[in-house]
Amino acid sequence: MSTEPVLELDGVTKVYGEQPPVVALDGVSFSVRRGELVAIVGPSGSGKSTLLHVMGTLERPSGGVLRVDGVDAAALEDRELSRLRACGIGFVFQQFFLAEHATVRENVADGMLYAGVAAAERRRRADEALERVGLAHRATFKPTKLSGGERQRVAIARALVGRPAIVLADEPTGNLDSTNGASIMELIRELNADGATIVLITHDAGLADQLPRRIRMLDGRVVSDCA
Amino acid sequence: MRLNDSFRVASVGLRARPLRAALSALGIAIGTAAIVAILGLSSSSQAGLLAEIDRLGTNLLTVEAGQSITGEDASLPLEAPARLTLLAHVQRPADTALIKHEYVYRNPMIPVGNTGGLQIRATSLNLLPVLSTGMARGTWLNAGTAREPVAVLGSAAAAQLGIDRVDPERRVWLGDQWFDVAGILQPSPLAPDVDTSVLIGYPAARRYLGYVALVGGERKAGPASSIYVRAATGHEAAVQSRLARTANPQAPDEVNVSQPSDVLTARAAAAGAFDSLFLGLGVVALIVGAVGVANIMIISVLERRSEIGLRRALGATKRQIRSQFLAESILLAVLGGVVGVLAGIAATAVYASSKHWAIVIPAEAWSGGIASAILIGALAGLMPAIRASRMPPTVALRTV
Repeated sequence: MSTEPVLELDGVTKVYGEQPPVVALDGVSFSVRRGELVAIVGPSGSGKSTLLHVMGTLERPSGGVLRVDGVDAAALEDRELSRLRACGIGFVFQQFFLAEHATVRENVADGMLYAGVAAAERRRRADEALERVGLAHRATFKPTKLSGGERQRVAIARALVGRPAIVLADEPTGNLDSTNGASIMELIRELNADGATIVLITHDAGLADQLPRRIRMLDGRVVSDCA
Repeated sequence: MRLNDSFRVASVGLRARPLRAALSALGIAIGTAAIVAILGLSSSSQAGLLAEIDRLGTNLLTVEAGQSITGEDASLPLEAPARLTLLAHVQRPADTALIKHEYVYRNPMIPVGNTGGLQIRATSLNLLPVLSTGMARGTWLNAGTAREPVAVLGSAAAAQLGIDRVDPERRVWLGDQWFDVAGILQPSPLAPDVDTSVLIGYPAARRYLGYVALVGGERKAGPASSIYVRAATGHEAAVQSRLARTANPQAPDEVNVSQPSDVLTARAAAAGAFDSLFLGLGVVALIVGAVGVANIMIISVLERRSEIGLRRALGATKRQIRSQFLAESILLAVLGGVVGVLAGIAATAVYASSKHWAIVIPAEAWSGGIASAILIGALAGLMPAIRASRMPPTVALRTV
């Protein structure tokens, strides 16, 4: 396993509002190396969603340093951050966020829509990604025809299709029953074994315990980071 | 992003909710249709009138007795029609004489004052070809009937007298005696006076109405009060400039010369001037349509927060989000505009062909319709698009 860091946080803080200020992240520091599978676990209000947004460059930290794939995110403008997200970061959300009126293949191909890849190449890569998540036979379906577990697989394929440096998954099993949840977790471990770097955010300690590295959050701070 | 990707992304919202898209584009469609139809109908009716004028010929010139310098009614010399035949580039003139102080009635019971504005005119026998008109019913006067108490009715005069067909039962009371009706004329747009006249022959006018002039001690029917000439094509202006002096060399100022097709052309131009009331209504419909599109776009931005958030997470820049919603708004408005232009053209085509006009859709009408739709779409979509682009991705991704 390579040891170069894909994601580095050094003393990252995030403060919302003025009167009174709410400290969502308070000096968070850790790094994620290429090929790792990390769980960030904590109860609601522990700051893990804010942490996901900051790691995903959807939100700028109030202080500290964030490096994604070696690039200091603070130095980038909105356009460059968008480019970073388009090419370097994949997202998986609890609510899937699939386009209902587009086919599964189009949904997956849209993962590279803003990465400057030609449409034919996007479709080809989408088919590959669908193959990896075991949904090649559903390529022409609309997401509304799929089960919850299948929809999340489509969303995972969309996150992976551009081969990002890191995939951020926010409660990927939160909307699924236990069977589907377990199968999604299995898929995530398989994809990691194939080389994908994945950070998974969850409130479920039992789920986190299945993963090789766990970063525990409480009140905006990292309370433990154990492998 | 490539153009076809941009187009596909811009049409996402419309494809997701086609009924809503159709309804919100409807206002713009109605407004554009109204404007295109009004411009199209104006142009088509103008084209119709111009075609009619063309058919009638623009080379007809009218010479009429005007007024003397003291303001009295002047008359043309008795020999004026004959003199006009001597002019170069003039075809044989026809003439009529307004017979004053004699009136025509349906029967002797009608009060003397109820003339209905109808005139009695003595006419030369070659009037019809010169005016490019014909008989609606019956026959025109001939050398025989021109001497007898026989009349031909102008189209408006026939309507006024309540005579719609020619038979021996239908006569008119003209100058204290019955005149038979030989025929009814078609409308003659080039000589509106003929429409409202009852026409009789010069010999009959002389014999029954005493319309005579003394020339060198000889009694002759006349004089003419209106002379119609056809100038050879291309010589209208030259002929027109010489008509007054030729008709009445002693007092050319007492002669009015006119080109009736000028009047008709002016009327056609007026018909081409569109109805500003309906045009105004079309503009109002466009504004209402624009408000509808803006409204739908604002709702759409609110509803599609998570889509905006997802696109930002997938790497869309603020500018790409703004372009997406702006393009969607323009697309919506242009769809409305295209449907409106087609509906306006269809309405014009149906109406114009029912009137046997040429179908004329001015280029300004359809290009202006599409251009204003683009403008409306851009204006209506600007604010919602800016809102969408400024929405922070974390807010957009919040699901509660």
